[in-house]
Amino acid sequence: MSATPVRDPGLRPPRPPAGPSPRPGQRSGPLRRLRVALGDALTLTRRDMLVWTRVPTFVLFSVIQPVMFVLLFRYVFGGAIHVRIPGGYVNYLTPGIIGQSAAFASFSTALALAREIQRGVVDRFRAMPMARSAVLVGRLLADGVRLTVTMLILLAVSVAVGFRFRTGPGDAIGMVALAVAFGLAICTVAGFIGLAIRDEEAVGTFGLIWLFPLTFVSSAFVPVQSMPGWLQAFAKNQPVTIVIDELRALAVGGPLVLHGWESAVWLAGIVGVFVPLAVRAYRRA
Amino acid sequence: MAGSGADHNGPAVAVSSLGKRFGTVEALRDVSFEVARGTVLGLLGPNGAGKTTTVRILTTLVRPDRGQATIEGFDVVRQAGEVRELIGLAGQSTAIQDELTGRENLEIIGRLAHLGRRRARARAEELLERFGLAEAADRRARTYSGGMQRRLDLAASLVGAPAVLFLDEPTTGLDPKSRLDLWGVIRELVAGGTTLVLTTQYLEEADALADEVVVVDHGTVIAAGTPEALKDRVGGAVLEFAVVPAARLTEAAELLIGVGDGPPVLDEQEARLSLPLGRAGTAAVVAALRRLDEAGLTIDGLALRRPSLDDVFLTLTGHRAEQAVGPELRR
Ligand SMILES: Nc1ncnc2c1ncn2[C@@H]1O[C@H](COP(=O)(O)OP(=O)(O)OP(=O)(O)O)[C@@H](O)[C@H]1O
Ligand SMILES: [Mg+2]
Repeated sequence: MSATPVRDPGLRPPRPPAGPSPRPGQRSGPLRRLRVALGDALTLTRRDMLVWTRVPTFVLFSVIQPVMFVLLFRYVFGGAIHVRIPGGYVNYLTPGIIGQSAAFASFSTALALAREIQRGVVDRFRAMPMARSAVLVGRLLADGVRLTVTMLILLAVSVAVGFRFRTGPGDAIGMVALAVAFGLAICTVAGFIGLAIRDEEAVGTFGLIWLFPLTFVSSAFVPVQSMPGWLQAFAKNQPVTIVIDELRALAVGGPLVLHGWESAVWLAGIVGVFVPLAVRAYRRA
Repeated sequence: MAGSGADHNGPAVAVSSLGKRFGTVEALRDVSFEVARGTVLGLLGPNGAGKTTTVRILTTLVRPDRGQATIEGFDVVRQAGEVRELIGLAGQSTAIQDELTGRENLEIIGRLAHLGRRRARARAEELLERFGLAEAADRRARTYSGGMQRRLDLAASLVGAPAVLFLDEPTTGLDPKSRLDLWGVIRELVAGGTTLVLTTQYLEEADALADEVVVVDHGTVIAAGTPEALKDRVGGAVLEFAVVPAARLTEAAELLIGVGDGPPVLDEQEARLSLPLGRAGTAAVVAALRRLDEAGLTIDGLALRRPSLDDVFLTLTGHRAEQAVGPELRR
């Protein structure tokens, strides 16, 4: 057996000082590896959520901003925007804001990952025998919880200002689920951005900018038909519009199938491209 | 253990001819050294010397372009998984979660090290106790002093009871008292048999902690040996003083050329001169004082000291490790 000496005697090392450790990751089947990877991810999910409970202002602000959007568009801009939709503009607006907020929520994913790289937290993890996927997956799982909570609060506020579902509870649940899935897909893009830029300040400055054209040049707040022709071409075919149209169909009725397929393809495409990119950036971090 | 690390009797860390380039920057040109098990290696060098890059390669975070490195016989590239089982790392920045308590920080690391809930908790408790953090254990790390954060970071690197520990500039940014505290902790750790690779810009730190010192500059090892052996290369004591008026320091330096066992060294920042005496011995002291006196210069704060690693650095490279010396360590 190994000639490694006993070390750290004052501490009684929890591992036997010699011999192969029963650590996972080596000489273990793929199923066990997967379980370990999930365990590592969940540990980090709990950590991320614990951090949020310690920084209530963070949670507050991540909800306040979309709520402000609801109120601004409902009462300030809403009167000037004409849509033909059952229930009026508030029913048009709510799925749009839900979609936009889901996308914007990814900002903190990019920030958090950049900070972890910058502070050396990722270095520490990468030098440990833990799953490579854990930092990203753990963060995404926590983001899923955060997104769900945000979406539900947002819906409650929207209902308070007049929004009503015109579909069944199944569709309503479907809408929340799609919004969360969409938010998570955008989180993988943001995750890649954070891991690739690795600088909290740079991410703080640029991490959100790319989402403005995507969410505003979409059907989120105004019908695409009201935009100039050249812009319509982009607005109509970009994923945010496609997902928001589907959210709207789930909320107030409309053609589900086509948008549903398109949304699914877009989300799968985004995840399929950006998860491998993010993982690569993590390995290189 | 598995692989080539089985029954490993060689050095705990072996590094040969490492090279690493980042774009146009040649971070490492040629770095080789070995660390015997249970000893402390001090990797000493100024900013940008390549210390962190070396540590990052040894801790499997970066792949070298050239050369090879093993930890307890395991190759850091091909057997990275095995290496990670054996090492602990406290990087140059404190990798602590500010919003969590010290205890929570350590418990999470324990869980990620797959200790299991109960052992992770017990290990956290032990380490908090040992590092003098028991009282602050349930306070958020944000409220810790710099020294406490460093200790917590060090504790985190020890959660997995590593055989080989890497500390990248563990005391940078600490006040002298916290630094001494941390030195004490590190000494204890080493007494327990842990192999330690420590990087530092502080010459005194390497002197105080390391069994062997490897001096790196511009990605190359420029000297290696015990702190004592390195000092011997400079030879003998050093005479150090200031002159009055301070404006005539340069003139004083010129007067002393040829008096000692090497050229006098001017530290403009501190307005002090140092003169290596070497074999010239006390005769040189007398000669130096006479010359200065004849020139009408008054000597202030005269001190005769053993050569520091700073002097070694100067002898080896011809330039002073200026940025490398913490102002608080200067007197
Ligand atoms: N990821 C990187 N990309 C580009 N250049 C890098 C990278 N990492 C290090 N370098 C460069 O390589 C050289 C060596 O850097 P390294 O961090 O190893 O030095 P160091 O001895 O740790 O310095 P310090 O005392 O400042 O921490 C420097 O010139 C640095 O700018
Ligand atoms: Mg460094």
